[in-house]
Amino acid sequence: MTAVQISRADGILTVQDMGRPGHLAEGLSRGGAMDRCALLEAAALLGVNAPCAAIEMAGAGGEFSVTAPTRIALTGAPMSATLDQEPLQWNASHLVLPGQKLRIGGARAGVYGYLTPAGGIATDPWLGSRAAHLNIGIGRTLAPGDSLPVGDDPVPERPAHGFVPDARFEGGTFRVIDGPHTALFSDEVLEAFYTTAFRRGARGNRQGIQLDADARFTSAHAKGLASDLIGPGDVQMTGDGVPYILMSECQTVGGYPRIGTVLPSDLPLVAQAAPGVILQPRRISLEEAIATIRSEAELLRDLAGRCAPLVRDPATIRDLLSYQLVSGVTCGDDLERV
Amino acid sequence: MTLSTPLTAEVLPAGVDGFLVRFSLTPDPVAMTAARRFAARLEAGAPEGLSEIAAALVSVLVRFDATLADRSELKTRLETMARETVQGPLELPEPARRWTIPVAFGAEQGPQLAEVAAALGISEEAAVRQICEADLRVLTIGFAPGQPYIGLMPEAWNLPRMAQLNPSVPAGALVVAVRQFVLFGAASATGWQQVGRAAFRTFVPEREPPMPLLGGDAIRFAPAAWDEIADLAEDGDRMGGARLEVLR
Repeated sequence: MTAVQISRADGILTVQDMGRPGHLAEGLSRGGAMDRCALLEAAALLGVNAPCAAIEMAGAGGEFSVTAPTRIALTGAPMSATLDQEPLQWNASHLVLPGQKLRIGGARAGVYGYLTPAGGIATDPWLGSRAAHLNIGIGRTLAPGDSLPVGDDPVPERPAHGFVPDARFEGGTFRVIDGPHTALFSDEVLEAFYTTAFRRGARGNRQGIQLDADARFTSAHAKGLASDLIGPGDVQMTGDGVPYILMSECQTVGGYPRIGTVLPSDLPLVAQAAPGVILQPRRISLEEAIATIRSEAELLRDLAGRCAPLVRDPATIRDLLSYQLVSGVTCGDDLERV
Repeated sequence: MTLSTPLTAEVLPAGVDGFLVRFSLTPDPVAMTAARRFAARLEAGAPEGLSEIAAALVSVLVRFDATLADRSELKTRLETMARETVQGPLELPEPARRWTIPVAFGAEQGPQLAEVAAALGISEEAAVRQICEADLRVLTIGFAPGQPYIGLMPEAWNLPRMAQLNPSVPAGALVVAVRQFVLFGAASATGWQQVGRAAFRTFVPEREPPMPLLGGDAIRFAPAAWDEIADLAEDGDRMGGARLEVLR
């Protein structure tokens, strides 16, 4: 079986896919990729019909090679990438051959980059997913020497594609809807929360991301609340009134009051905010939120429509003469000879 | 059980594809029963289009597939069901399954059993007897995969959490506070008092099923000697001698 081999890991590397939904009642959250959009983008670039398991690279990538020709997609936080020293376009698919060295450097913006082979990482699934869920001991961080099996590429002949993603790597506004606890906050606190430009705090991981500001956002009803079901996107206030946005590996129940819930479509922007970047919550109505809902199948279809074959600039091609630049050149008399 | 305040039910939006059906904001015992009854009823016959049902202590989260379920119809349906639940009878539903879980109580395996017994004004033996005779249910599962909150003990067991955190209790620790038990899946810090320890592990990824307990399961703790528990801990599937009866 084809494999992706890791010879260097500079960031925190884990296998991630769309997670394992449906186990809330058993105390297990969905988990999966921090930036689900990046996995959809990878599927669109590779021309496959569903997102598959990828290597999630937090902060930086590493050095990779393959044991057989493998198409890959590079999506999520833009990182500098080279294949045998030739720069590779990010937000694009490429063919990697055995013997070539794929080097992925640090994130130029954002946090989580994704390396997706066209057949998907094919490690053994657990409860229907290959996603590492580190805080409960599922999977592990990848290390030099690891070799990950890759599934069969359904369209190996497809040429390299690229696309321009929507901006989501420099922070910005994220939309929030009211949740079951919003009424526990006073109008003044709600007003203050929605007029604060937060910075993405220093504390953040796959479980949750801290929002930093001088102000505190407390609820008079926080004490004695029964713990309640929580999920990715919920904005909970810790005891001292510091907001945390819960992310893919959050617990399933929690006892802190929650001021609202981030729209699923805006969670990738939150995930990709590097520490210090500005994040500004905007309160929208449930009706507005419902109007924005797109299924992941619809999103994938839209993204696929935005992908186009890569056109390389000849100036950047070092060994230009080794390419067959013009095909179909004839003596010009073919039509007459037919 | 006494009704302190009239029970109400709210059906609140939870994200773009969910509702939270909430019977109280605080861990009120009657609301716990209502949430459990409501969850059992939903699990027995869920309206079309539901993708997930999960019960916490006093609330039930329902997620739906917006392409299969009409939001406002579903809301009305949940409101009607919740209202009927509130009207009673508010007794715990008959359990569908019962677990008997061996536990070593007291001594090193239950370092705070003596304190708990003293707070109750009874002997350690009597405290263990009350624990093992109680009609207990899995109230909810959370904070870690498969990890149960089990209750409720009689009102006398409404013991406060400790002011000082217990820095680390081992996996399998049975701890008690506020009329409930938690059976820890992994070593953990806790403000609850450790009264015993089981060889049963609530979460073993490679076991089938990895998280055997379900909300609503009846739980009976069976007293066992520590060497018995230690022997049970040797089994490969880490069921620790826990026995499951399917009741209906």
